[in-house]
Amino acid sequence: MRPAARLLIAAVSVLAATAHAADLTVSAAASLTNAFKELAPAFEARNPGIQLLLNFAASDALLAQIAKGAPADVFASADQETMDRAQAQQLIAAGSRRNFANNALVLIAPADSRLVLAALSDLKQPGVRRIALGQPSGVPAGRYAKGALEAARLWGDVEPKAVYAQNVRQALDYVARGETEAGFVYATDAAVQKDKVKVALAVPTGTPISYPLGIVAGGPNPAAAKAFVDFVLSPAGQAVLARHGFQQP
Amino acid sequence: MNAAQSAWIPLALSLKVAGWATLIDLVLGVGLGLLLARGRFPGRELLDAVLTLPMVLPPTVLGYYLLVLIGKRGWFGAWLYEQLGIQLIFTWQGAVIAASVVSLPLVLKAARAAFEGVDPQLENAGRVLGLSEAAVFFRVTLPLAWRGILAGLLLSFARSLGEFGATLMVAGSIPGRTQTLSVAVYEAVQAGQDGVANVLVLVTSLTCIVVLLLAGRLLRGTAVR
Repeated sequence: MRPAARLLIAAVSVLAATAHAADLTVSAAASLTNAFKELAPAFEARNPGIQLLLNFAASDALLAQIAKGAPADVFASADQETMDRAQAQQLIAAGSRRNFANNALVLIAPADSRLVLAALSDLKQPGVRRIALGQPSGVPAGRYAKGALEAARLWGDVEPKAVYAQNVRQALDYVARGETEAGFVYATDAAVQKDKVKVALAVPTGTPISYPLGIVAGGPNPAAAKAFVDFVLSPAGQAVLARHGFQQP
Repeated sequence: MNAAQSAWIPLALSLKVAGWATLIDLVLGVGLGLLLARGRFPGRELLDAVLTLPMVLPPTVLGYYLLVLIGKRGWFGAWLYEQLGIQLIFTWQGAVIAASVVSLPLVLKAARAAFEGVDPQLENAGRVLGLSEAAVFFRVTLPLAWRGILAGLLLSFARSLGEFGATLMVAGSIPGRTQTLSVAVYEAVQAGQDGVANVLVLVTSLTCIVVLLLAGRLLRGTAVR
């Protein structure tokens, strides 16, 4: 056989291998990055033959992908609202929606910051020039932050200073690099960059921050999707989430 | 805010950013293009390769380089912030820097080729007639190379309009301040606002077509040498 033909066959077989039948694609909120990466090997060890592919982004971005036909099997959102919209568009298999974790919103500052941020109203001080938060139209953490600031009648003061991030981890990165004086992230995110950011205060949210997940209707691998949902809700799965700072639903 | 209004603000910002980036590229591209075309020094091709790098590097790599360099805690950014109180990240000036770095190779390559295409005999004729070196450059070399440089500038303008990855990393996405057309498209799609996205991509495509048509006319003019 000519080398070129061999190369072609090799290339085709590699391409074929990437579309393996036992792949399970989980689209998960960015704040779940570390916890789900740790869940993955434990899940794969219990379910031989299934390869878990994780896709992290802001919940709204994941929903937009799924709505356009992305081949996801499981959708894990950081808020109920995004999952409500997914259900309204009939993208989630009936009866598969479960709450699997709770989280808390916190105000953070760079670790070496000397600003006093004891209350949300301290964000009004001129020393706070920029505040990072998720884009409220597309990032749940941003919506929670905007809601909390509106409830405290501070949104008008914060909006001119707002720097919108594409997902909560980007807001975390902006604060960790010292590019903004403050930012809104989840408690679990702040813990990821403990040496670079400090939690100034816990921010009360009107609705509790509760994460739902569901099996995507018409997903490529429904059986593995069911196994994954069960694993996340199992004591082993919950233990991993707890280790990353998530609370039981 | 309706869709047409939501397209106007990012379009105006994109044009402003691309305009400034092209102006910077004009100065740097022509200067460096001349240096590479005429200079005889070791490492000339290496310098050319390094300056061309932004065209082939992934935008994320470039964005990271820029963050490390001009971020508030970056090498150069820390000095800027402490000495002058200037913070480039999350400003439209930051977007200009990202766009000008990405599109510099387009001007640089065009300028180098254009200068190399200028017949040295014509320049020597100028010298014989008593022109100073500066006068030779501005009255002989530059007019002969101009069309090629202009074509490069138009391509650089188009590339700056479309710049996305490095811009998003360096300038963020602040509506009205750093949210350029391409970033606004990304955000509209992410948020599932297809109506807004449709208007934005149409506006972007039309703007780029106009720029490319202009560039094409100029390129055709220079191709016959």
